[in-house]
Formats: sequence, C-alpha cells, structure tokens
Amino acid sequence: MRLWQVSNCAACHQLYGLGGYMGPDLTNVHSAKGEAHIRTFVRYGTGRMPAHELSEEELDALVAFLAWVDASGRSRVPDSAVHWTGTFDIPAR
Amino acid sequence: MSPTHRWHIALALILLLLALVLGVLAAFAYISPSLGDALPFTQLRPAHVSAALFWIITGATAGVLRYKDDVFPLSDRPFLHRAFLFLWTGTLIAVFIAYGLKCFGGREYWEFPPLLAVPMLIAWLLLMADYFRAWLRRAAAPPLYVWMWTTGIVFFLITFIEQNLWQIPWFRDTYMRELTVQWKSNGAMVGAWNQMIYGSALYLMVRIGGDEGIARGPRAFLFWFLGLSNLMFNWGHHLYNAPTAGWIRHVAYGISMAEWILLINIIRGFKGKLDEHRRHKHLTTYRFLIGGEFWVFLNLFLALLMSIPAINRYTHGTHITVAHAMGATIGINTMILLGSVAWMVRVDEDGSPARWIERGRITAMGSLLVFWLALITAGLIKGYRATALGITDHQQLMQPVQPSLVAFTIAGIGVFAGLGVIATCLLMVLRSEDAAHPNTNEP
Ligand code: HEC
Ligand code: HEM
Repeated sequence: MRLWQVSNCAACHQLYGLGGYMGPDLTNVHSAKGEAHIRTFVRYGTGRMPAHELSEEELDALVAFLAWVDASGRSRVPDSAVHWTGTFDIPAR
Repeated sequence: MSPTHRWHIALALILLLLALVLGVLAAFAYISPSLGDALPFTQLRPAHVSAALFWIITGATAGVLRYKDDVFPLSDRPFLHRAFLFLWTGTLIAVFIAYGLKCFGGREYWEFPPLLAVPMLIAWLLLMADYFRAWLRRAAAPPLYVWMWTTGIVFFLITFIEQNLWQIPWFRDTYMRELTVQWKSNGAMVGAWNQMIYGSALYLMVRIGGDEGIARGPRAFLFWFLGLSNLMFNWGHHLYNAPTAGWIRHVAYGISMAEWILLINIIRGFKGKLDEHRRHKHLTTYRFLIGGEFWVFLNLFLALLMSIPAINRYTHGTHITVAHAMGATIGINTMILLGSVAWMVRVDEDGSPARWIERGRITAMGSLLVFWLALITAGLIKGYRATALGITDHQQLMQPVQPSLVAFTIAGIGVFAGLGVIATCLLMVLRSEDAAHPNTNEP
C-alpha cells in the first residue's frame, strides 16, 4: 500500500472505480491478468504509462497489495445483483 | 480591509490561477501521450486537484473570516488569523514542492507526504480559535448563515482527522474498512466546505436583498437540515459497487433521493427569483451567485441520477464522475467564491474591471457548459462500452472516447481564459485598494 501511494499509481488508476481516469481500473487485475502482467507493465510502462524503477522486493510488495485488494471483492457489479428498486444485492465481506 | 484579509484573498486567487494553469497542462498530457515526458500527468494531476481544493478552502475561509467581522461585534485583532495564514501558506508551498520532487505518499486529492497534514491541522485549529473567539459574542438566535459557517468549520476538522485515520494500522486491516473510511471522509469534507460557501452565499443574498427573513424561520432551517444529513450520510454513493455492509448502500440511496425535494423547491422558487433578478442584475456579486445557482440545478440533476445504483453501475469510474466533480467545484463553488471576493474587494460596478469580469464570467459559463457536456459524453461512451459491451482491453475501450476528451480540453482553455481574466482583475482591484485605503478595518 505504501508503494501504491508513494508511486502515486492512483493518479491514473482506479480501485473500485475511484482514482484517476487515464488508465484502467486495477481492482481485479491480479486475478484477471496475472502477476507477470502486472510486473511487466510496472517495470517497462507503455506509451502512456511511465516505467517505474522499483526493486524486486518493491515489485513483490506492489503485487501483494493488488492481490490483497483483489481478494476484497469485485469492482464490476454483475447484472444479476441489480435489485428492482435500483439498489444492489451484494453480500458484505 | 485589513492587510491580513487582503493576504488571505490574494492567496486564494493565486491558488485559483495555479489550478487553472495546471488543469490545462494536465489535459494536454492526457490527450497527447507524446507530451507525457514533458508534462508528467503523475505530478500534474495531484498538483491541479490540490491547488483546486486549496483555492476552494482558502476562498471559503477568506469569506467567513471577513464576514464574521461584520456579524459578530468584536473588533478585529488579527493575531490568530495571521498565524493561521502564515502556517497555511507555508504548508501549501511545501506541498507543491513535494509534488515537484515527485515526493508523494498521501491519498487521492491529498497526495503529498502525510507528515504535512500536521501543520495543516494546527493551522486549522488556529483558524477555529479565531472564529470561535468572535462567535462567543454572537446574538442569542443567530441567523442560519452563522450556523452554516460554524458547522462547516467544525466538520472540516472532523473530516480532516478522519481522512488521516488510515495512518493507524487498525484502519488498514481489511481493504474494505480502509476504502469505506476514506470515502466517507472525502464525501463529508465536500459537504463541510459547502456549508461555509453556501453560508456566505446566503449572507450575501441577505445583504444584497436586504431581507434577513431568508436566513430565518423553520423552512430555511429544514432545508439546512436536509443538506446536513446529506453531508453526513450520502457518501455511500462513492462505493455502491464495493461489498460493504448493505445498510451503507441503502442509507446513502435513501438520503440522496431526499435531495429531489431540493430540486423541486428550486424549480418552484424560480418565478420569484426572476423578479428579484430584474432588480439586482447589475451587481457583479449577484450575477455570480445566480450563475452558481444555475450550476446547482444542473449538477443536482446529474448527481441525483448518478446516485441511483442501477445507473451508477454505468457511470461509476468514468468521466461522468469528473463532470460531477468539476461541474460542482467550478460551476458552484468557484462562481460563488468569485462573487464573494468581488464583494469583499468592492468592485466598482461602473469601472473597467467590472466590465472585464463580466466578459470573463460569460466566457467561463459558456465554456464550462461545453466542458461539462464533453465529460458526460466521454463518460457515457466509456460506461456503455465497459458495462454493456463488456470490453476489457483499455486501449480498445477508450479509443472512441478520445474526441470528447479533445473537446473537453478545448473548452477547458475557454474556462481557463474566462476565470483567469476574472482572477487577474480581482487581484488588480485588490492591489489598487491597497493603495486607496491602507490599513483600515473598513469593510
Ligand atoms: C501516467 C499515468 C499512469 C501511472 C502513474 C501509472 N499507470 Fe498503469 N497504466 C496507465 C495506462 C494509460 C495504462 C493502459 C495501457 C496503455 O494504454 O498504455 C496502464 C496499464 C496498467 C496495467 C495493465 C492493466 C491491464 O488491464 O492490462 C497495470 C497492471 C498497471 N498499469 C499498473 C500500474 C501501477 C502498479 C502503477 C503505480 C506504480 C501505475 N500503473 C502507474 C497509466 C498509468
Ligand atoms: C477552478 C477551476 C477548476 C477546479 C476547481 C477543478 C477541480 C478539479 C477536481 C476536483 C478534479 C478531480 C476530479 C475527480 O477526481 O473526479 C479535477 C480533475 C481534472 N481537471 Fe480540473 N478543475 C478546474 C479547472 C480545470 C481546467 C480549466 C482544466 C483544463 C482542461 C482541468 C482539467 C482537469 C483534468 C485533466 C483532470 C483529471 C481528470 C482525470 O483524472 O481523468 N481542470 N479538477
């Protein structure tokens, strides 16, 4: 978490839809695309995302943070959870 | 006006100019990745957002501390006010230096190293001491605007502390707890500064219209109470999609929907407003206040729709949120605050600054409408593609959104120009006032 804040990933990425809007939401990126994918993006960046110079341990910590967030729930609400009153039925965790 | 008040107002206007410049630069970095090296979005976004929030908070407190001198019978002894300003200015400078050095560490909107929250907190306590020292002399049944200032100042303290609770490990035990506390405080902090700003708007309306009745009576207080309950309980709409306890979602939904009453009330009061408008439309301050009210209407409508979870499913995490955030902070907060500053520096209605301010205001209002609609369009396209079509590849998802973001940036230049002219004119009036009445406590 400290690294997420110190590197300010939130300027471009959301968790549960909250954050900056330049890049994608990363709540469930760990389960959807895997650890190697995260490491590649963070280390090498893309045209739009800057490369981050982090040590192996720091990368591990960042991946562990994203795995922890991922385990807390899903960012997308499925169709089936929308109640007729307009609210959602999502079990609390 | 005393030099302390002038310092406070000048600081606020400079922060506004800074927010505008950084906003335009951030938008360019956004639409054109090739500029990414020269214009690092990672630094520009937090610097822009913090400058914007600091403008609003500094502008709001400048008004409250100035008007309190008229409302409470206590002669101005500026020591506490000055101490607040000294610490506040110093801390803000440190914040921007930290951003310049890529030294982050805080949460969204307050992305500076958390240690800087300490002098900010102390500064706020000094401000509170200054306000409450005068408040002790209030009349037995103070008008509504006094209640609004007071709740705003106190709630800011509470939400500011809440916002920093994450430093205590217990709050980080689970990500859900962490997320819930953070967004509860962010949502409520917006409510806190709105109390201060709407309080000043009400005060100015009383002064302009000469009718103290609008700040008294059960009806006025009922609406205040509705706003206050929103401040305290509607933050759940930031996290509808998260698996929090169900009641958080239901309470936020219910409370948010109570705001329809406010919307209907605005429509009902419209005819009376028109008559009033005819009488006061020559006043700069009045025009800004009415401009703010127009944006209350538009944003409330948007916010009400976004607060229905079934719709939020599409809009959450898109630029519609940005439209809501900037629509409200520029359209409502900035317009009211500029009207308030124009009142404090006493813009001469027949002079050339007033004419330039009016031109700036028209430019800003028009551009802001395009700006806002472009962001909503961007959000609708993204929401539809992500939620209805289920596209997950980011580049593919965002490609059709790009033209709306270009329109947003162009309109943003208009907003920048309009508000920039106003802020510059107000700073010039403030300076010439400096020369005209040195060191008076005169309003
Ligand atoms: C300047 C903005 C910016 C910053 C800062 C940033 N990113 Fe990104 N990131 C992006 C963009 C934009 C993409 C989408 C890929 C593209 O379009 O190039 C992306 C993609 C990703 C992806 C791949 C997501 C997917 O669904 O394939 C991951 C993982 C990622 N970023 C992690 C991070 C982490 C971790 C940090 C903080 C250390 C970070 N990013 C900081 C802009 C940013
Ligand atoms: C007084 C004027 C302004 C205020 C008070 C203001 C306020 C804000 C706020 C509160 C946010 C955060 C939005 C969110 O997190 O949802 C924001 C983001 C942003 N603003 Fe402004 N803003 C102002 C002017 C401008 C201007 C003139 C531009 C230029 C086009 C601009 C460009 C941006 C950009 C690009 C973002 C980032 C959006 C993202 O992350 O996708 N702003 N602003």
